Amino acid sequence: MFSAFMINAWEASTIVALIAGIVGFFTVLRGASFAAHALPNGAFAGAAGASLVGISTVLGLGVFAVMGAIIIASLGHRVRSDVATALAMVVMLGLGALFLSMTTEYAPQIYSLLFGEILGISSTALVPTAAMGAVCAVAIFGLYRPLMLSSLVPDTAEARGISAVRTEIGFLLVLALVTTMAVPVVGTLLIFSLLVSPAATARSFTKRPGAAMGISVAFALTTVWAAIAVSYVTGLPIGFFVGAIGAVLYSAGRAWASWRQGARTTHRKADRMASSSPSPRGRWTS
Amino acid sequence: MTHPPETGPEEILRVEAVRVVLSGRLIIDDVSFTCLGGEFVGLIGSNGAGKTTLMRVILGLVRPAAGRILVAGEPRSRRNPLIGYVPQKINLDPDVPMRARDLVGLGLDGHRFGPPWPSAKRAARVDEMIEAVDATGFADSRVGSLSGGEQQRIMIAHALISRPRLLLLDEPLANLDISSEREVVKLVASIAARHKVAVVVSTHDMNPLLTVMSRVVYVAAGRVASGTTDEVVTTRTLSRLYGHDVDVIDVNGRVLVVAGRENEGLHHHEYDNGEPPP
Ligand SMILES: Nc1ncnc2c1ncn2[C@@H]1O[C@H](COP(=O)(O)OP(=O)(O)OP(=O)(O)O)[C@@H](O)[C@H]1O
Ligand SMILES: [Mg+2]
Repeated sequence: MFSAFMINAWEASTIVALIAGIVGFFTVLRGASFAAHALPNGAFAGAAGASLVGISTVLGLGVFAVMGAIIIASLGHRVRSDVATALAMVVMLGLGALFLSMTTEYAPQIYSLLFGEILGISSTALVPTAAMGAVCAVAIFGLYRPLMLSSLVPDTAEARGISAVRTEIGFLLVLALVTTMAVPVVGTLLIFSLLVSPAATARSFTKRPGAAMGISVAFALTTVWAAIAVSYVTGLPIGFFVGAIGAVLYSAGRAWASWRQGARTTHRKADRMASSSPSPRGRWTS
Repeated sequence: MTHPPETGPEEILRVEAVRVVLSGRLIIDDVSFTCLGGEFVGLIGSNGAGKTTLMRVILGLVRPAAGRILVAGEPRSRRNPLIGYVPQKINLDPDVPMRARDLVGLGLDGHRFGPPWPSAKRAARVDEMIEAVDATGFADSRVGSLSGGEQQRIMIAHALISRPRLLLLDEPLANLDISSEREVVKLVASIAARHKVAVVVSTHDMNPLLTVMSRVVYVAAGRVASGTTDEVVTTRTLSRLYGHDVDVIDVNGRVLVVAGRENEGLHHHEYDNGEPPP
């Protein structure tokens, strides 16, 4: 399981999970899950186009992911963001269908992008993966506060000089970069699950933003590592385990949250009964 | 409007003959008023009158077609740290991982790069602000799960923590029951007085503000009036503005603005939202 060729797999998937956990936190905070689905899937079309003209599929992925991000951002202030995302995806998938129809030969390297090639990562591919990941991490940490303010209270942020339009473009470009970095490693479907489910799960375990991002990273890493290990042992696909572990963690999180909620309410009720003196400001001080 | 030389409180906001046109439609025309430090201004108007638009103009988010705005004597610019703003709509996910105090803290330094670094000084300032808006009891709760009135308080703290000179509150009373309404009005008035902040509060119902506001700016299609509360809140002026009979009455020492008899019959409602006629 830790043989030389597996080492690349561990390293590449660790980088991807780390970045997905960080970027995923803001993906969920901004309600951008659909964009996190559309960009990798749409960028797949770019990879198909690239292989048609004989250039690097990573380049094709990157060009299409950035194009998708720009379409979503530029439509975003005219139509609702989910509609903008859907329209961008429709354009990209349409081109993808065209490109695939034009390639006569069977192109396994394109189809492998759907599920990734974790086990086939070469050590030369690790360097660009790590570099792109580093750029994403720096961008997210640099924009941490403006991004957070703009995601939560866009009008107030705007009044303080944080442009909602620029923030949206900036974030979508990061998402495009994550796509370009991660799709060759884990594929379009897994990067979507890694962006959304650990970050969504983390919300059940904490009410602090910094901690939520940390937990999101921890869950993304756990999910990927466990999925690779179990897949290695059982021979079943990694994707299945990423999805299954994500679902189990999420359900556990909800259960934990509602259990704690219940515990807290009974606690509060007891408190309230103990101090029964009504105060006119009770609404604010309770 | 005359411009007397200032003595006493500083003039914080001056709106001069502002006209706003949005997508070819004239929304606001010839609005002028000034606002001093510590003053509480009610921006009154019915739905769609242009209250939010006027606030966005003051914030520099909408460019006026004519007129100008001065904030503390300077032409207003985008990203003006002198202005704190609480928008009309706050949409927060109930399970967003953020405590009320985290959001207040972002009011201090949310425009800066990088994650916030905890420091004793920052925490003390957040605590102080939370106390000032009487939000200590729910400061550690998830901000999205708070009630509308509680979120309103947190947003006021968020807007005030950077010590602005001008505070714009867009319909802060819209979702509040009568007792929280009174609480918020009292709170904002005391903050205005204590910190010498000029406060502009928009509302469609002026009654909750009558006891505290020193100046009224009334916006309605084609009609604009501004002046001190005593000047504007009279039966004659209001009847002219509202376009139908309005009585200003005194109930046990409290002034109330009510619809006149002609419209409502003998048992009229206490509250009149002042729809101007089409
Ligand atoms: N971008 C825009 N383009 C065209 N018209 C607009 C635009 N934004 C607002 N309006 C119009 O301007 C008018 C004033 O809107 P505004 O939101 O300022 O009203 P308001 O007084 O805040 O109303 P409410 O009490 O309902 O909040 C409305 O008729 C609205 O339709
Ligand atoms: Mg409004």
